[in-house]
Amino acid sequence: MSNNNEKAHHNGQSGRLPRKRFYRARAHSNPLSDSHFPIPICPSEVDYAQHFPHFFPSVMCDQDKCDAPVPKVRFADIGCGFGGLLVSLSTLFPDVLMIGMELRDKVSEYVKERILALRASNPGQYENISVVRTNSMKYIPNYFEKGQLSKMFFLFPDPHFKEKNHRRRVISIQLLDEYAYALEVGGIIYTITDVEELGDWMRTCLENHPLFEAIPEEDLKADPVVELLTSATEEGQKVARNGGQTFKALFRRIAFKE
Amino acid sequence: MEEVQLGEEEIDKATEVAPALISVHPFEKSVVVALGSELRVFDLEGDCSISLSDDSGGPGHSDSIRAICFDASGRLFASAGDDKLVKIWTTDSWCCIRTVCADKRVSAVAISHDGSFVVFADKFGVVWVVSLDRDGESQALCAKKPMPILGHYCSIITTLKFSPDGRFVASADRDFKIRVTIFPREPLKGAHEIQSFCLGHTDFVSCLAFVCPSDYPLGFLLSGSGDSTVRLWDFNSGCLLATCEVGNMALESNETDKGNHPAVTDISSSADGALIVVSIQSFHGVMLLTCNFSAKSLSVAKVVSMKGSYVPTSLCVSSLAKHLWTVMGASNQPSSGTTQLARVRVCSISRQDRSPHGHDLFVLEDNDTTGGEKLLSKLQGSSDVTEIESMLASTTSALNTAIHNLLTKKQYSSEKREFRKKNRNDRKQKQEPFAFR
Repeated sequence: MSNNNEKAHHNGQSGRLPRKRFYRARAHSNPLSDSHFPIPICPSEVDYAQHFPHFFPSVMCDQDKCDAPVPKVRFADIGCGFGGLLVSLSTLFPDVLMIGMELRDKVSEYVKERILALRASNPGQYENISVVRTNSMKYIPNYFEKGQLSKMFFLFPDPHFKEKNHRRRVISIQLLDEYAYALEVGGIIYTITDVEELGDWMRTCLENHPLFEAIPEEDLKADPVVELLTSATEEGQKVARNGGQTFKALFRRIAFKE
Repeated sequence: MEEVQLGEEEIDKATEVAPALISVHPFEKSVVVALGSELRVFDLEGDCSISLSDDSGGPGHSDSIRAICFDASGRLFASAGDDKLVKIWTTDSWCCIRTVCADKRVSAVAISHDGSFVVFADKFGVVWVVSLDRDGESQALCAKKPMPILGHYCSIITTLKFSPDGRFVASADRDFKIRVTIFPREPLKGAHEIQSFCLGHTDFVSCLAFVCPSDYPLGFLLSGSGDSTVRLWDFNSGCLLATCEVGNMALESNETDKGNHPAVTDISSSADGALIVVSIQSFHGVMLLTCNFSAKSLSVAKVVSMKGSYVPTSLCVSSLAKHLWTVMGASNQPSSGTTQLARVRVCSISRQDRSPHGHDLFVLEDNDTTGGEKLLSKLQGSSDVTEIESMLASTTSALNTAIHNLLTKKQYSSEKREFRKKNRNDRKQKQEPFAFR
């Protein structure tokens, strides 16, 4: 195990991409279980400088810190898996900070090494993406302030078919409250799945939620991100290879009114 | 292997201990103690004990009551607990007007400001609302059923409170989180807009209190936690304004304990925040805090010691802020006969509006308590203090264990974690039928 880690670390530094077979992980992880990894107490406790060193001034110019606004993460890929979407988005929006959140330890470790390797082999690029290992169904408010995010991605989430496990699904009316909290008004939530039942579920949840509205078709065509949902992710590519169908639901955060 | 299993069973038993609760009518017309499944009510105006009646057609409480509260007007009272029942009482006749059956054990309850909705939280972190249709049968049947309005994902909700203006509902959980949600005009459709999260506690949040000083109409939120601190929040922004460490002080005046953080177990305050009182695990008495709202500071003003190893399990100050009511007790404790015993102590609050330290607090002797012996024998189950104190000797440690088991995250060694994985509940269910055949 430690051997693998050393190898991985070496890979990262030399710019060689990590090899997936050293990061084999179970396909599923229980989001209900108590977490045994460190959790930041609140968003200001998260050391984003460590995640995005290029975007944060070095320790030397600490005095000037108050003048320049602290850059903030704007995109979150929830359950980022092996990080395919992040890598594609990184070059599409080079000035936007984005973070992947993944519950499976080994998978998040892989993404970390992958990003380090990409940074090493493409100097100046991929500095705007990073990954954290966390349970985003529990700890979104620990990472993001109110209205901080402009995009949230939920790509090919675990379908949890059994009815008694529906509460483990990453999209639910109650969890959407928290996603709406983290999203700015006008921010977009992207969901996609190859499981029709889950697609219906996610669409229904979003349609019934008073803080989200469906995005019209013509707006979707203009959004360069939409295409990436299927082409950039491993799961998306797998579905395309097998000639499968995908089910998207894209919704916009709207202001609360009574 | 067997040892491990024994350990688990012990924990299950200890968890069943529930603290005694006390709640006083906002205008001190009556006072209620909940002990186990029993509600004891004393009418302070009529100076007599009250027996409850039930018109709701539902069952009575059969397991530990975990939460009680009056509404702001004092016309309604709600009780809820481990028997998955929420019972709503009208305080003019002390008759149960409604029994709501929940799916899970109920851990917190609150009544909306206008008295038209009751919200309660279950142990899975879901907050539900029921509408109290006061105009009779006008509403549709679906409105009778509790509807989920918000959720803390799979975390035990420890307390629910409405803000003084009724616009917000605050919920706290054992994941260190306080969520402040806008309470909408039509709550049956859900409470989706989160005003803020108040994050800063490093252990479970056990209690909340809103205060509304006259100079600050928006108000503030106070919270107590397993991390031994009381914190002051601007709940509109979720900004932490002040932190008061009370654990060290509690340990100093009590030579006991093993250096771990004693949890803040309850908090109560006058509406304007001039009086803030907290109870702390294993601490004999209460602590009076003072808050300077303009300087955003919170500190201990006075340590009020109480004799006879008295560790209050619940506190309550009425809107009149004349008295502080406290109770010590727990369900499933040894008792002399058929009645469970608890100890009630009352403090008088002296107003010192001009003093920078706010109000002061004096412990009343039993004879000086409003209602005197009649009240105490009703609420305590006996007026024999020596007997009660000997019965309550092990209460504090039993409650500490229960709180720890319920709210503190368990840390398992890697072997134990493997063992637990092998003995997961869902697998056990599958295996058992084979064992019987």
